[in-house]
Amino acid sequence: MKALYSLFLVFALAAIALVGAGALGMERTFGLYIPFLAAAVFVVGFCWRVVQWGKSAVPFCIPTTCGQQESLPWIKQSTIENPSTTTGVVLRMLLEVLLFRSLFRNNQPQLYSDGRVRYASSKWLWLGALAFHYSFLIIFLRHMRFFTEPVPALIRGIESVDSMLQIAAPTLYLTDLVFIAAVTYLFLRRVVVPNIRYISQVQDYFPLFLILGIGLSGIFMRYFAKVDIMAVKELTMGLVTFSWKAPQGIGAIFYVHLFLVSVLLIYFPLSKLMHMGGVFLSPTRNMNCASRKFRHINPWKFENVHYHTYEEYEDEFREKMVEKGIPVEKPL
Amino acid sequence: MYDKGKILTGLAVFVVFMTYPFWNNIGRAAYVKPELEKPRMAKECVENVEYMRAEHMAMLNEWRDEVVRNGMHEYHSSFTHQTYAKSLTKTCLKCHENKDKFCDKCHTSVAVSPYCWDCHVDPKGVKQ
Ligand code: HEC
Ligand code: HEC
Ligand code: HEC
Repeated sequence: MKALYSLFLVFALAAIALVGAGALGMERTFGLYIPFLAAAVFVVGFCWRVVQWGKSAVPFCIPTTCGQQESLPWIKQSTIENPSTTTGVVLRMLLEVLLFRSLFRNNQPQLYSDGRVRYASSKWLWLGALAFHYSFLIIFLRHMRFFTEPVPALIRGIESVDSMLQIAAPTLYLTDLVFIAAVTYLFLRRVVVPNIRYISQVQDYFPLFLILGIGLSGIFMRYFAKVDIMAVKELTMGLVTFSWKAPQGIGAIFYVHLFLVSVLLIYFPLSKLMHMGGVFLSPTRNMNCASRKFRHINPWKFENVHYHTYEEYEDEFREKMVEKGIPVEKPL
Repeated sequence: MYDKGKILTGLAVFVVFMTYPFWNNIGRAAYVKPELEKPRMAKECVENVEYMRAEHMAMLNEWRDEVVRNGMHEYHSSFTHQTYAKSLTKTCLKCHENKDKFCDKCHTSVAVSPYCWDCHVDPKGVKQ
């Protein structure tokens, strides 16, 4: 139900763009104003969220420890899994951000028929996530060919490696395949595995469908319902150089693609997708596991914290407490 | 804010990275669609221009398959009502004589480099 609801939401968004840019002819709105607004919301919203996180105190030293802590000299420390130096922490963060170390640790409880439980290593989520994020990154970088003139050698290089197999024309991008396979896997995981379906919400399905919609509309536009790419480049270049023009005759499918991307950009800072910035700020990962060596001072300023004393509590609930025969300090 | 230095540095990197398309184009000449050399010997392409702009690569791909696999060498255009040989060099490049000033103008601009010329000849390119 939640999945269906999200799916319809994405269909509705696509329909808005189809009607808006296609039937109503609002090419400037869907091609220039909304995407520009979306990019601004994305960058400003992202920074704002991160600053809010930066303002929150970390009252306790709560890194997760995944190996032997620094101890007596003859006991071998696990310097990356349980770092006690800044270098260690940086390496741990790099492993986390670039290779999703903590997903690699994922395991799956399995119940045997005789009632025994076994925890087996489960790498599929890690593999799916890695495939998804890296193909998304490459696709993102590849799109810079529409925003640069001349196109930098790096972007051209990515482009030619990605179309390495030289299948058909326009050539098939490998990342397109990997991307769709990975998103499909991430979605199927949510509907097929009962315990994951149980905890999946609209806000889990919606970004998946949105991203799948973006991918499929892009693929559809490249290989099937082709659009005039030169006109597209004219539009995108105008967008980033503020000489806004909306060339006529780009197919409506392009505006669907662009509108879904805009929705993603706006949705990003409002949602769990903020883990892109959040991963750098998670205290369970970025703190030094040397709490025995250095005292962690709670940076919270207590004078600013409003707390509820027992007296206030009793004032609030005195009547109800007396009613139930709970002893009170001040009688009614 | 705690860890101000680190967080603001991180955000600065993020903003610079994400706004790359905007600042990268500052001070460059405004983008104009590449000027293409018009064929001298004809007024019309094998299909209408809009179709050619969007679909020429798919068309060439089809031609290639039909010639190499099925031995079908003739293409009947419903637009010009003429028959063309399904050939990259002998048809396309006969009218569009100069690959550099036609095909490559567009392709460079959108960073595609068709690998066709690894094998097929560009007649003008050979003479130069
Ligand atoms: C109006 C601009 C334009 C002109 C002129 C043009 N092309 Fe293209 N061509 C494109 C665009 C744009 C693409 C890439 C589409 C994409 O990236 O989805 C492309 C892609 C191709 C591809 C597929 C390449 C790949 O690796 O995906 C081939 C083959 C091709 N063109 C052949 C030609 C030939 C041959 C000519 C000259 C007779 C020519 N084109 C002229 C715009 C043009
Ligand atoms: C009979 C000569 C002729 C042949 C053969 C021919 N073209 Fe054309 N082509 C033209 C003419 C003339 C135009 C310009 C039409 C116009 O501007 O109205 C054109 C336009 C184009 C355009 C659009 C350029 C633009 O203005 O954006 C593309 C792309 C193109 N041709 C590719 C090809 C390809 C690929 C082939 C081979 C399959 C081919 N042409 C074969 C004569 C030809
Ligand atoms: C590995 C070398 C090679 C590459 C790369 C290659 N071709 Fe070919 N192509 C051939 C050969 C060989 C033939 C057959 C020639 C013949 O039978 O006369 C052919 C035939 C064709 C034909 C029909 C005959 C003719 O005269 O043109 C077309 C059209 C064609 N290729 C298009 C393309 C396009 C478009 C590309 C790039 C996307 C491409 N080819 C890349 C080798 C290649």
